[in-house]
Amino acid sequence: MEWTYTVRNVLVGSSLLGLTGGVLGCFALLRRQSLLSDALAHAALPGVCVAFLLTGSKSPEVLLAGAMVAGILGAFAILGVIRNSRIKEDAAIGIILSVFFGIGIVLLTWIQKLPSGNQSGLDRFLFGQAATMGTDDIRLLSAVTLLVLFAVVLFFKEFKLVSFDHGFGVSLGLPVKLLEFGLTSLLVLVVVIGLQMVGVVLMVATLLTPAAAARQWTDRLGAMLLVSGGIGAVSGSVGSLASATIPRVPTGPAIVLVSSVILVFSLMLAPRRGMVWAMLQDRLVERRIRRENLLKDLYLAGERGIGFGSWVTLPILMGYRGLSGSGLLRSARRLVKNSLLERSGDQLRLTADGIREAAKVVRKHRLWESYLSRRLELPPDHLHRDAEMMEHALSDEVVDDLDRRLGYPERDPHGKPIPREAS
Amino acid sequence: MTGAGAVPKTGLPAVEVHDLTVAYRSNPVLWDVDLKVPEGRLVAIVGPNGAGKSTLLKTILGQVRQTTGWVQVYGEPYATRRSWVGYVPQRESVDWDFPTLAQDVVTMGLYGRIGWLRRPGRRHREIALSCLERLGIGHLAGRQISQLSGGQQQRVFLARALAQDARLYLMDEPLAGVDATTEKAITVVVVHHDLQTVPEYFDHVVLLNMRLVAAGAVEEVFTAENLQQTYGGRSSILTRAAEALFASKATLKE
Repeated sequence: MEWTYTVRNVLVGSSLLGLTGGVLGCFALLRRQSLLSDALAHAALPGVCVAFLLTGSKSPEVLLAGAMVAGILGAFAILGVIRNSRIKEDAAIGIILSVFFGIGIVLLTWIQKLPSGNQSGLDRFLFGQAATMGTDDIRLLSAVTLLVLFAVVLFFKEFKLVSFDHGFGVSLGLPVKLLEFGLTSLLVLVVVIGLQMVGVVLMVATLLTPAAAARQWTDRLGAMLLVSGGIGAVSGSVGSLASATIPRVPTGPAIVLVSSVILVFSLMLAPRRGMVWAMLQDRLVERRIRRENLLKDLYLAGERGIGFGSWVTLPILMGYRGLSGSGLLRSARRLVKNSLLERSGDQLRLTADGIREAAKVVRKHRLWESYLSRRLELPPDHLHRDAEMMEHALSDEVVDDLDRRLGYPERDPHGKPIPREAS
Repeated sequence: MTGAGAVPKTGLPAVEVHDLTVAYRSNPVLWDVDLKVPEGRLVAIVGPNGAGKSTLLKTILGQVRQTTGWVQVYGEPYATRRSWVGYVPQRESVDWDFPTLAQDVVTMGLYGRIGWLRRPGRRHREIALSCLERLGIGHLAGRQISQLSGGQQQRVFLARALAQDARLYLMDEPLAGVDATTEKAITVVVVHHDLQTVPEYFDHVVLLNMRLVAAGAVEEVFTAENLQQTYGGRSSILTRAAEALFASKATLKE
């Protein structure tokens, strides 16, 4: 790769676009305007063509002005369809998007056949061509970036309120319509500026992909804007460098690919919201349930007459729930380590602490059965399965409350004693 | 903050609604409603689904525009009395997965006071925290709002209204915890769904079903006869008139 003037332009341009797109994309995502921004991008295409036909000019100002007008017309057309027909929002957006885009394609094909048109290079608006960016474009893009960042910093709390709770904003007397119009206008501006770089088709990805990825990593809007802008800028620079280095890789798709990789990574791995995290969480819960069941089984064996704290052999325990010996031993290992359990060969028994822990689980089970039977008047054979689940889910707090409300019953509906700390 | 007895009475009705008609598209939702809510009362608005209870609140707040009639808050239009009014919307009206913390939501109640171009400061965060504490959920201030239970989310909204430090509270959500706002001279209007608890919690009731059935002190107005009128279906002439109007508008459009 040569560090040419063009490469530098493309790099700077893509990073700036990624940054602004990422920031505004957060608002589009949170205000559920994802589809709308896609429609805005598609609706801009006929505007570019008409501007060229009317003026014969290829200068970015003229073409982008055309795009802007068409984008705004598209937005109003969507509103008009929603207000004046029974067509719902998603369908209205889909219809306007395809009608405008269709007109755009027809015009584009026609222009290509004109003597003056075949060199026009208007087709770059379809998939974008960052390499055509000149210093003028960079200057325009820088101005838009500054404008967007300035507006978002100045009106951060208002934009946040309007995005979260529109109605409350109205009741506070904020000019909600104006603020929303401002946000949407900035969105249109960035979409239009981005068209010649990434194209009509992929524009929406530069807005939404960084935003969706950023949402995974934070629970605060300010941080989300920063992370999203950062992801956008990184995708822009990495993507544009990749397309400059590797032959025949177009810039727009390269940028979108980079941000998509970041998105997939975020969806999988982000703490709390990531899929891997959720799977680990499930595993942990499952293991805890297995341990609690083992404690309970030992307790119940003790209750049946052999006495709490007596040794129970593994084959007997395996019989209770049809579990494998190795699975039981895996659960047992942690319990032994926490000195709730003792193991000797293939025999297990509860320690004093273990008896207390097991009693807690049994208490939850039997209190829940009592509750179901008394309050919901379920027959005794309906109680067990539900209680098997609830014994692992109820917190000590809720169970104490339950106990109090039931008047501290001595026995459950099956006549078994309900164990308590004191006893 | 609202200290006990800090708000002197004005002697004006907290809300006055005169000849109010509201229509969504051409579908009337409220019809010729006249209503006076005296200040310092705990007021329940009751009525069946679709009776226009939420719409009445939203019209008072200027969120929905009326077709005819007018609304006043303490003798003035809402726009000039805004800082006197606190609002609790329905919990379902927002996306609780929005990236923000409980305390940030409560701080939104102070935006009117903070003003443009300024960020909430430490003082504002402290007010927000104390409002959460008054509702017993101060320990949840730093939680992301989707990690709150439904009841806790309601309390966050209520805390936000408390932060508005208003003398009239409009609540589109039946709430346990209304007592946190009660104070002499403060008026609370709640859309309430549990008829049984009306006499227990409220001293004033508004029975609404598209038109105003009755409004007044609970012991006078909350009668079996009025409830029968409210819930026993709409007055058939009114319903038929509404349908006729809707039909004529619909044909006009086509």
